[in-house]
Amino acid sequence: MFRFLSGFGSYCMLMGKVFAWPEKHSIYYRQTVKELVSLGLHSIGIVTIISFFMGAVITLQTAYNTENPIYPNYLIGLGARDSIILEFSSTIVALILAGKVGSNIASEIGTMRITEQIDALELMGVNSASYIILPKVVATVLFNPFLTLISIITGIMGGWLVGTSAGVITSQDYIYGIQYAFIPYYITYSLIKTVIFAFIITTVSAHQGYFVEGGSLEVGRASTKAVVYSSVTLLLFNVILTQLLLS
Amino acid sequence: MIRAENISKSFGDRKVLNDISAVFEPGKTNLIIGKSGSGKTVFLKCLVGLLDVDEGQIWYNDILFTGLDFKGRKEIRKQMGMLFQGSALFDSMSVEDNVRFPLDMFTSMSPEEKLERVNFCLDRVNIVNSNSLFPSELSGGMKKRVAIARAIVLKPRFLFCDEPNSGLDPKTSIVIDELIREITVELNMTTIINTHDMNSVMENGEKIVFIEEGEKCWEGNKNEILQSDCRILNDFVFANSLARQLKESSK
Repeated sequence: MFRFLSGFGSYCMLMGKVFAWPEKHSIYYRQTVKELVSLGLHSIGIVTIISFFMGAVITLQTAYNTENPIYPNYLIGLGARDSIILEFSSTIVALILAGKVGSNIASEIGTMRITEQIDALELMGVNSASYIILPKVVATVLFNPFLTLISIITGIMGGWLVGTSAGVITSQDYIYGIQYAFIPYYITYSLIKTVIFAFIITTVSAHQGYFVEGGSLEVGRASTKAVVYSSVTLLLFNVILTQLLLS
Repeated sequence: MIRAENISKSFGDRKVLNDISAVFEPGKTNLIIGKSGSGKTVFLKCLVGLLDVDEGQIWYNDILFTGLDFKGRKEIRKQMGMLFQGSALFDSMSVEDNVRFPLDMFTSMSPEEKLERVNFCLDRVNIVNSNSLFPSELSGGMKKRVAIARAIVLKPRFLFCDEPNSGLDPKTSIVIDELIREITVELNMTTIINTHDMNSVMENGEKIVFIEEGEKCWEGNKNEILQSDCRILNDFVFANSLARQLKESSK
């Protein structure tokens, strides 16, 4: 309990430093663009691949588990759509990004710490926490909603392509299903979750990296902890947000 | 001038620095020497404010550095340059970007003026045609020289060097030592060097502070060190037979 409170306290203090007024906006803007490329654009590939196959599997499983003649076939499309929008594209993609982006952030900042690059920034009079972490937070919070939208589109397309190729549903039924009883608020709900998950992944991982002490072994441990802590935190927030936003 | 008064620092129950006082003068290369683990790096980090002291005061000229908050320290830090043991160059930036970083952060110079200043500093440390290289593409000696260029780009009044010769061959070490000495005189900086390299001590030791087990044991210069009767200092400085012969011949 004491360790948790101490860790939470240092996290809050770090956030206080991160969200201090930036020293020079042009530098922060340049850093943010760099991070958009590194953390955002470079994640499109993995998100697309995983979403395509997950969409396909969701469609096939829905089809094979609803073979009752009472259920119309378009329900397969509807089920795939809602699963992808409500849970898969926000939560599962966030968990995948916690692994990819979270470990990247923790190891990058951890290495900067043990090679005294953070000390060098502090010595120059630069707010190192803000300079290193704020652009990452801004980049992920801005870009991850686009990743979610890409994931939704790719997932639904994967379901359509594999579902029709496997013969479990016709193209007309699938397209009718993904349009049937569509609630636009589900997209908003998914994007709100994505923004909060992006903040959690980035800040929790940055916190793990920023306070590394020791050598490369500790950087590895911090990287692992970053993935575990951010995953657990976002699963907890998933429950809270679902209750708050859908109740 | 930098003045440290009665500095003490502990980590948990372990006292790393115990009541150290010293004065470091401008235009001189001031050395802090001592064996590994004696507290040199902790003392240097206390001087620059990367570690907070438990007791004592640090003065930069007539400003009490230890009494300042983050904002107050920031102004003095703009007058500091530091060469870290592992160079601490930013991995994600090229040589040019590394040296230009303090200018980007703290000046309103035009891009042309910045480039001119960067090239001047790189030229001063004998780094040519390497602006676009990244730290991973540089040798140890080149990294140190780029780090020196970055440290002096804002024309600091105080230069700190943490073991500038570590990991370098003797010839490159001499080049780095000479460079630091020349720049110190050129910019009339107060330079403090942490070292246990005896070549550096004999070449650069205009003012030497010897630390043992977190306490100041001796203070003097490179000429006085040969005549010293301090047993602990002699055990450290004349650890090898060649150095012992040198001491004998100087008597």
